[in-house]
Amino acid sequence: MSVFTTIIKQLINGLQSGSIYALVALGYSMVYGIIMLLNFAHGDVIMVGAYIAWMMMARFAANPIIALIAAVIGCTVLGVLIEKAAYKPLRQSPRISLLITAIGVSYFLENVAQLVFGANAHVIPTFIDDTPIQLGQIAIPTTALITVIVAGISMVALNVLVKKTRMGKAMRAVSEDAGAAQLMGININNTISFTFAVGSALAGIGSVLYCCAYPKATPTMGSMLGLKAFVAAVLGGIGSIPGAMAGGFAIGIAEALVSSAGLSEWKDGVVFAILIVVLLVKPTGLMGRPMTEKV
Amino acid sequence: MKRVFAMVMAVVMAAVMFAGCSAGGNNNASNNSGSGDTIKVGLLGPHSGEYAVYGLGVRNGAELYFKKVNEAGGINGKQIELVVYDNKGDDTEAVTAFTRMVDEGVTALVGDVLTGNTLAVVGEANAVNMPMITPSATAAAVTVKEDGTVYSNVFRTCFIDPFQGEKMAAFAAEVLGVKTAAVFAQTGNDYAQGLADAFKAKCAELGVEIVAEEGYAKGDVDYKSQLTNIAAKNPEVVFCPNYYEDDGLIVTQARQVGVTGTFLGGDGWSGVKNYASADVLEGSYYCSGYAPASTDAVKQFEEEFVAAYGKDTLNMFAATAYDAAMIMCAALEKAEETGYAPASEEYKQAVIDAIRTEGPNVKGITSEGGYTFDEYNNPIKDAVIIKVTGGEEVFDRMF
Repeated sequence: MSVFTTIIKQLINGLQSGSIYALVALGYSMVYGIIMLLNFAHGDVIMVGAYIAWMMMARFAANPIIALIAAVIGCTVLGVLIEKAAYKPLRQSPRISLLITAIGVSYFLENVAQLVFGANAHVIPTFIDDTPIQLGQIAIPTTALITVIVAGISMVALNVLVKKTRMGKAMRAVSEDAGAAQLMGININNTISFTFAVGSALAGIGSVLYCCAYPKATPTMGSMLGLKAFVAAVLGGIGSIPGAMAGGFAIGIAEALVSSAGLSEWKDGVVFAILIVVLLVKPTGLMGRPMTEKV
Repeated sequence: MKRVFAMVMAVVMAAVMFAGCSAGGNNNASNNSGSGDTIKVGLLGPHSGEYAVYGLGVRNGAELYFKKVNEAGGINGKQIELVVYDNKGDDTEAVTAFTRMVDEGVTALVGDVLTGNTLAVVGEANAVNMPMITPSATAAAVTVKEDGTVYSNVFRTCFIDPFQGEKMAAFAAEVLGVKTAAVFAQTGNDYAQGLADAFKAKCAELGVEIVAEEGYAKGDVDYKSQLTNIAAKNPEVVFCPNYYEDDGLIVTQARQVGVTGTFLGGDGWSGVKNYASADVLEGSYYCSGYAPASTDAVKQFEEEFVAAYGKDTLNMFAATAYDAAMIMCAALEKAEETGYAPASEEYKQAVIDAIRTEGPNVKGITSEGGYTFDEYNNPIKDAVIIKVTGGEEVFDRMF
């Protein structure tokens, strides 16, 4: 195997984990864009999705497709519930209260999962044929291919939703100026709930893809994944949808390259170093809107 | 009323004092009879508390063999008298119990069980040159002092962790006949690194080339980048000495990125079948100290053990304790030939010498090839090779 094919394969590895980061980062970015909240419970929504997928398949012997749909629906409902129960009552509070609440929700979900399912890892049965697809000299793992394709389709669909639909227009309006949007007759509460629903549905898709690639569910699996997706969102420019995608892929590929260079222990360090550098050099990220504070 | 109470108290106190005296008397009596027609052997371990399952396994396993020897007439006509103490898994208790055993005139010790307790006892045991065999303490420091010299009186029947690495390297070279190998071990984990280092050293000795060496951090779930590097070198075997949860994910992802070599592991693999599909695990091997119902000798031991003590404490340490008792009896037999009195200094030294010379002839249930002790008093013995096939972990061979 030549060096060239190895590099291509490493890029594919990076794209696969990057797609998952991108999907999760989208949820972060959309929520931040609309209510300026860093929803740290977002990673744990993915964890719940993984447990739903595991429960459906291992406990109820459901068809993988049904399990996946259940996971996505479960995540969507959970995302909306979290918004209604934890964030909505604090809409008028200082943003720091919201942030602390988000961290609280994150710990709450992790500990409930540990209480209900135990601290052990649960293995999700494999449901995708693992035979790699041969493209010339390069064998592409089926899971990698499916992950990238599904993530790509989800992102295109999201773009259409935001750019072409009435609800998308409302989302953009609320994120631009919530007060003015309300004056124009937009129901802000519904729009915010809808944003959480879409973000969490993406997290649900992310959790299913995550389970394809790393088929085990643990109570804390969401925290590191969530943090890295957060870095991806910041790198891309928080609040920006194309930025979140680009950031996710960049983080995934950076991780793959660091690991393949034999520095796997430094992988997390590199990701967070990226966060620090971005915040120091270009706080608005690659594609973020320049923030002009009105005086 | 007060007077009655005082009377009762006086009687109780007198009774307690009397009981204390008589207990002391018994101790003295047994102390004097140390050189009589019995040989006293100590059995020390945690028989209560959270580690009781190990301690009781060891106690029952060793007792089973000693009883058999006694029923067959003992050693040189002398019965073995077991002096059993429970250390409750506590270091201080372990040392206290050991001191009492010495006072009671034991000649040899089977134990201690937990690594920490054993470390606490070895110093004391070395000071009185007490022959001891631990069936279960795996830390290297159990037989080697901090300054690097060996505790000449301390032996063990379990193998130390790095030994598994050597075994798997030898297995790869001699049984699988491979020429190239890769290593994938968790960074910063003493167990995984110990096995990996031993594997690499043995491979160098046997002419197996290590073509790739990768690591990963604790908590990682994505190993594809490192595994892609390994796949690029196309090794015939991949040594993966980690714990079962990680191993399952590693093997699954390795197959996805095109690693075709056979996977090898250590006893951390036990239970891996639940963490990856049967297809990806097919044909992997790992080694262990003991496999239930593997050989005829093991089956016979298990039957006898269950008949005497039930199933609850039947574990690997029961088996290695049975072997420890077997070695101890062989050594005592040899020491009896010297004619010294049991528990004398000369006798204890004779037992220590005999453990070395007789060990290789002891066909233990976990090592049919006998127990040869290396320069650090660690056994060079057989390992159980377990093959993962059809989604099950099955006994393959003794190696």
